[in-house]
Amino acid sequence: MNIKWIVLIGLLFLSGPVWAGEARPLADDPANEARLKHLAVELRCLVCQNQTLADSNAPLAEDLRREVREMIAKNMSDQEIIEFLTARYGDFVLYRPPLKASTTLLWVGPFLLVIVGATALIITLRRRAGKVVDVPVTEDEHRRVEQLLTEGGKRP
Amino acid sequence: MIPEIGHFALILALCVAVVQGILPIYGAAVGNSALMAVAKPAARGQFFLVLTAFGCLAYAFAEKDFSVLYVAATSNSQLPLHYRLAAIWGAHEGSLLLWTFILTIWMFAVTLFSAHLPESTRSRILGVMGLVSIGFLLFMLTVSNPFERLIPAAAEGRDLNPLLQDPGMVIHPPMLYMGYVGFSVAFAFAIAALLGGNLDAAWARWSRPWTTVAWCFLTVGIAMGSGWAYYELGWGGWWFWDPVENASFMPWLAGTALVHSLAVTDKRGGFKVWTVLLAIMAFSLSLLGTFLVRSGVLTSVHAFATDPKRGMFILVFLAVVIGGSLALYAWRAPRVGLGGSFASVSREGMLLANNVLLVAAMGSVLLGTLYPLFLDALDLGKISVGPPYFDSVFVPLMAPAIFLMGIGPLAQWKKASVPDLTKRLRWAFGVSVVTAITLPIAMGNWTPLLSLGLLLAIWIFTTTVVSLRERLTHVSGDSFMGRLASVPRSYWGMIVAHCGIAVFIVGVTMVKGFETEKDVRMNVGETATINDYTFRFDGAQDVVGPNYTAARGSFSVSRDGREATVLYPEKRRYTAQNQIMTEAAIDPGLLRDLYVSLGEPLDDGAWSVRLYHKPFIDWIWGGCFIMALGGVLAISDRRYRIAWRRQEQDVPASNRAARRKVA
Repeated sequence: MNIKWIVLIGLLFLSGPVWAGEARPLADDPANEARLKHLAVELRCLVCQNQTLADSNAPLAEDLRREVREMIAKNMSDQEIIEFLTARYGDFVLYRPPLKASTTLLWVGPFLLVIVGATALIITLRRRAGKVVDVPVTEDEHRRVEQLLTEGGKRP
Repeated sequence: MIPEIGHFALILALCVAVVQGILPIYGAAVGNSALMAVAKPAARGQFFLVLTAFGCLAYAFAEKDFSVLYVAATSNSQLPLHYRLAAIWGAHEGSLLLWTFILTIWMFAVTLFSAHLPESTRSRILGVMGLVSIGFLLFMLTVSNPFERLIPAAAEGRDLNPLLQDPGMVIHPPMLYMGYVGFSVAFAFAIAALLGGNLDAAWARWSRPWTTVAWCFLTVGIAMGSGWAYYELGWGGWWFWDPVENASFMPWLAGTALVHSLAVTDKRGGFKVWTVLLAIMAFSLSLLGTFLVRSGVLTSVHAFATDPKRGMFILVFLAVVIGGSLALYAWRAPRVGLGGSFASVSREGMLLANNVLLVAAMGSVLLGTLYPLFLDALDLGKISVGPPYFDSVFVPLMAPAIFLMGIGPLAQWKKASVPDLTKRLRWAFGVSVVTAITLPIAMGNWTPLLSLGLLLAIWIFTTTVVSLRERLTHVSGDSFMGRLASVPRSYWGMIVAHCGIAVFIVGVTMVKGFETEKDVRMNVGETATINDYTFRFDGAQDVVGPNYTAARGSFSVSRDGREATVLYPEKRRYTAQNQIMTEAAIDPGLLRDLYVSLGEPLDDGAWSVRLYHKPFIDWIWGGCFIMALGGVLAISDRRYRIAWRRQEQDVPASNRAARRKVA
């Protein structure tokens, strides 16, 4: 009995810091915090050069995060929170620009580029196949290139 | 006095650049070899003049000469010497001087390694580079002079932005600029070929090593910038799709397309017109990147409008360079021949398809970067385009490109057969699909994107193995090692660079899928655990640096009860501008990084702390360095070495003189 106590107390001293315990999470409610993070990576810190709300340490970003936290605590949906923020700050606060008339080109553009590129590629290849007489780099040309490369422009 | 010498050297350099930009090109057009011969000494002279200017600015920084406006604005007497020297490129004026200096370094290199070029070609190349140089020198001398005096002198400098006081910042900008400006050589080669009307296979062969070297520098430069953001910004991200990052990424995409297109022009004589266009595009994007980052247009379109001098200059310069070269292109390109024929399914076809995807990806980045600026300028509202946009646009464009990247190296030139390719690649495909599906499930987190990432990475690895095996059976050699040695370096370069992409993708995918993060409030002695690692906070103490004071936290990290490492993250306050900086502490590793950054001090010695476990994150930068290594291998190929060696040994001086007359 006694020995057991001594060992236990000894262990307590030896491994002191472990007994200081596990650190508490910064947020009171980890589930809400996860939702905040999920939202904050798509929101812009309004006073920063180019930072998400999640990354920014600016005081205004801290305020805005607190507001979003409160909205989450009030059980508002992501949709409602985003609508609220856009109503107050405009589309500028969203890093994923909403699809509307002025942003159509932004969202369609990349895929338009691929389609145009692919079409141009196919048309060019077709037309080329009709036009090209198969003159690949001939042996003679290879030799000339080799010569140009090694002897520099000196004509034979 | 010294700054005035620097200023004067820039004026002289401008005069030399004008001569270099006009006489040799004119000489090449009329066949006057005396005029053409001006190019080489002019380029070298310009190099020494700009070197002098650069040295003068460095001297002003080293001597803390706060009577120079730029020095007073970007450095401080407390700033250590190496950061004072790095402050040369810490802001606008000095960056431009660095840009011009690097341009003259490339010019000098062209004069050294161009003895094998016909005189007319070399004069045109150096002439075009001289013209580019005129623009930058004129810019510095008119609206952006790094040697401008501040009278009376400031007693103390304003200091370099603390974010930039970091070893990464000492090397990152010069690397990046070596890449940016390096594309000016490929550009000059293309313009010279258009002017001379001789876009032949020799032209492609000559521009290839230059382009590859520039591409390597750019790759490393971007990777270093990304690494810097990772450890310096304090929130553990590595790429933010920030316009400044995009500005360097766009030339990289165009340059990557160019490297591949040049390979076809060199080997098969095809794609000439397209290759020239890509060379123009890559350099134009480098200029655009400089403009975006350096004109202030990114901070706000309106800030740009209130001080339009610099912005207008760059806009006009861009218009002249891009417009001029495109006009020349439209005029001369149609006369260029078509080269060898090929079927749609062939290595040429696949490289062309890949080029289309790369350029479309580049166009998307351009669109996303410029769109908010245009909307704002047209008063159509302010929007933000950020990571969610780029991620959702970029992945669908790059995924097919990377899939093709696996097949391309196995397809024959001219004509390949789909059934044959399917047969050769079915094992690689099967292995990739099965691994990509089962691996994430085994690791306990399956998402479609995770599987896609792994699929692409493993696909590149497996197809590389297939390609290498086939290659080894086709080359001659007695032993296995002998056969390995007889595979050309350019081939090794290609597969190493491709594997670099795969390593990079593994990094990106694993970090995205398996990263763990913890925000905790830690008292002295408290512990927090992520994955198998336990972090114990041993308190923070005050330390004093050369130009900052800091709170330095101490964290003992243990794994399975055994001490692994001790990490010391800092929260610094830079005294000159009273700015707070977060210095994260990182324990890097092949399979994971441990990352600790201090948040805010809380009551009684506690701190808010952010802990990360980031699996495979170093593979992201490792992949980039492997890509660059591939580039280095490719240019060390026998063909180029022979060219250099012959140039050194076999061509005596008398011969060279004779050649000049002939050419």
